[in-house]
Amino acid sequence: MVNLYPLTGFKLPITAECISPDIFQSKKRDEIRELKVWEGNKQKALRELFKVEDGKAGEMSITVNGDLSKVRRIGAFMTAGEILINGNVGMHLGEEMKGGKIAVNGNVGGWAGSMMKGGEIEIHGNVSDYLGAPYRGSKEGISGGRIVVYGNVGNEAGAHMKKGMLKIYGCAGQFAGFRMRDGTIYVRKDCQARVGACMVDGKIVVGGFLESILPTFTIDSVKAKVKIEEGETVEGPLYVFLGDLAEEGNGKLYVSKEKNLHLSSHEKFL
Amino acid sequence: MELLIRNGFVYDPINGVDGEKMDIAVKDGKIVEKLDGRRARKIDASGMIVMPGGVDIHTHIAGSEVNTGRLLRPEDHFKDVERKTPKTRSGVGYSIPSTFTTGYRYARMGYTTIMNPSMPPLEAKHTHQELNDTPMVDKATYPLLGDWWFVLEHLEQGEIEELARHVAWMLTTTKGYAIKIVNPGGLEAWGFGQNVHSLDDQVPRFCVTPREIIRGLCKVNKLLKLPHTIHVHTNNLGQPGNYITAIETMRCVEDLAPESRPAIHITHCQFSCFKGDDWRTLESGAEEIANYVNCHSHVTMDMGQVIFGNTTTMTADGPFQFGLSELTGNKWVNHDVETETSAGIVPFNYRRKSYVHATQWSIGLELALLIKDPWKIFMTTDHPNAGPFTYYPRIIAWLMSRKAREATMKRINHRARSKSLLPSITRELGFYEIAVVTRAGQARALGLENKGHLGVGADADIAIYNVNPEKIDPARKYKTARRAFKHAAYTIKGGEIVVKNDEIFKHVEGATMWLDVRTSEPAKITDDMKRKFREYWTVEYENYPVTEDYLEISHPKTLKADV
Repeated sequence: MVNLYPLTGFKLPITAECISPDIFQSKKRDEIRELKVWEGNKQKALRELFKVEDGKAGEMSITVNGDLSKVRRIGAFMTAGEILINGNVGMHLGEEMKGGKIAVNGNVGGWAGSMMKGGEIEIHGNVSDYLGAPYRGSKEGISGGRIVVYGNVGNEAGAHMKKGMLKIYGCAGQFAGFRMRDGTIYVRKDCQARVGACMVDGKIVVGGFLESILPTFTIDSVKAKVKIEEGETVEGPLYVFLGDLAEEGNGKLYVSKEKNLHLSSHEKFL
Repeated sequence: MELLIRNGFVYDPINGVDGEKMDIAVKDGKIVEKLDGRRARKIDASGMIVMPGGVDIHTHIAGSEVNTGRLLRPEDHFKDVERKTPKTRSGVGYSIPSTFTTGYRYARMGYTTIMNPSMPPLEAKHTHQELNDTPMVDKATYPLLGDWWFVLEHLEQGEIEELARHVAWMLTTTKGYAIKIVNPGGLEAWGFGQNVHSLDDQVPRFCVTPREIIRGLCKVNKLLKLPHTIHVHTNNLGQPGNYITAIETMRCVEDLAPESRPAIHITHCQFSCFKGDDWRTLESGAEEIANYVNCHSHVTMDMGQVIFGNTTTMTADGPFQFGLSELTGNKWVNHDVETETSAGIVPFNYRRKSYVHATQWSIGLELALLIKDPWKIFMTTDHPNAGPFTYYPRIIAWLMSRKAREATMKRINHRARSKSLLPSITRELGFYEIAVVTRAGQARALGLENKGHLGVGADADIAIYNVNPEKIDPARKYKTARRAFKHAAYTIKGGEIVVKNDEIFKHVEGATMWLDVRTSEPAKITDDMKRKFREYWTVEYENYPVTEDYLEISHPKTLKADV
């Protein structure tokens, strides 16, 4: 539908909620050019910051090419359509999105997919902290949808998650699945400590090396494999831990046995 | 500056004006009989209603407690951001707005005077500095004195006159306006993890009971001739079965009431109006309370109306807030303010589909509608405890229109709906009564002589709402009335137009009102008292008083007491 190109390298933070298929859909190109965005504390028109070009007719898709690492809230609240970003992108990507798809070929800032309720985000790059985590202080975690990351992610990925799927094919930082209530988090590679802290329910699968297990988790069994979703299974053997007992939680933490010899001491409690 | 408001429908209950079409003349910040000058700026208010500026008797808007609430809840603010404009400063909302935003939002609803009801004396300086930064409105604050050690000690020894001198000193020292009592005795007990459960429980380590605290301070209030009554948050607040405590609290000062004036104000009464043994059997005690209030003239109260949605509860009632955090599992703040009081903050979500919350919603409205005299019950949400003050227009609509109540009732919990008394209540308030519950009654209860009315000599605090009482029946078109009260056409503060068409027209600072109580003998400041300050307080006696230069615009009211 529309292609966007940043006119310059941005120095100030840009808040551009309007870059969303829902808003672009019913508008002509001239109207799109006049949409309002914030550059620092100044309100500007989209045309002052981006070159707007017509894309493929009829499709509800937006393509943005270039470095957007200062641009925040792209695709916020979107319900349908597609956004493709070729380049790095800033914070709050797809915040509270309900549907549609965002694909990024580049790195992404913090709070990507924050408080998302549906739809899909696919990131071919690294992601900063708070992937899919709610805004500070809030308990409103992801309540639906899918996020797939092919790179590494920072701390507190999937905090307060209620439902949905978070797949990380790289490594994850500390506190993955913090206060998680349901849903699934899969970390294919290594994961730093304190995973699943305060989780109450849900499933976290760590395929690589896990620094340490919180003392409030108890070993339950060893399983041969675990299903992530339809068509994707992780082969084990895997330790199954239950926790977080400090919250009387019943979450399941699957950790690869082969990559985590230091956890073998837990086996004597089986 | 001269101002002439022409042809509005004026509602001024204190002067008995009920929707008459008349002009209001303003000169130098006061209302005058008439103007002769042609230079007067004219406002055409034809087809609009003109009321005195709104007065809010109970709203937590400033102080360390409110500020801690702001810190606790970043998620409360980030979806409600107000950007800077050439006339206003930036800020954030929602349930605990920043100080400037608080002032602007009140002014945009036509409010001009607001009262911050709980100030731990130790945090008085902080509170006044925040009040200084709350523009557009006049304000005052009530120090918490119900659990103050010296009050308890004087009561223990039965020295009412000395206590009166001490309270006078405290009001002047903290620049307060009225005596606030929260869960008397319970807060002192809370410092040691306990609570009191009835009016006759002994306060731990003191030989007094909550009944004696309330009666003692009520006597003091009378001796000092304070403009407002004691402002009481009852014991057992927010617990099923507490309507009995509320009635006992009112009853315990029955004999202390001066003839023509009330003796006690029960605040956010909705929370003290629960019948039943536990949360499952909770019912409304509004009928019993209303019956009592209808038969007695010594009580005023405010609603504490629940608004469905997310808010932040904050009171000085530490034990109650502890219970609330246990109930909800939400994050919370607990604070034991040395020897003075306590505090707690818990985020809370009132849900339509919850039986308890829906019953609470119903109780507030039942109280307001079953109490026949609007001069006895005022409209508040106990902001932000039962809901943000920005929802006042919604409450006005519920009070004015049975249809509005029914529309909300359709969406609440089934069981709560079937037990609610609301369907049987046909009463609908008119604009005149709304003017009483939102300004005139509150101003009278507070003893504000120059506010809440439009008589000659009153402060020119005026609200103009764009709704025509001849054309619009608020009972049927409640949404129109709601919109009008939400977006004031004009707000005039001190004779100046500050809001025009729901936009801030001019930024003005409001004054802080406080009581300068002169007793015939000064309060005894003994060495023992100074020693206690040194040993038990973090602030020394010498640094404790709030001096007048802390107040940006100071409006003292001097009182002479014969003690």
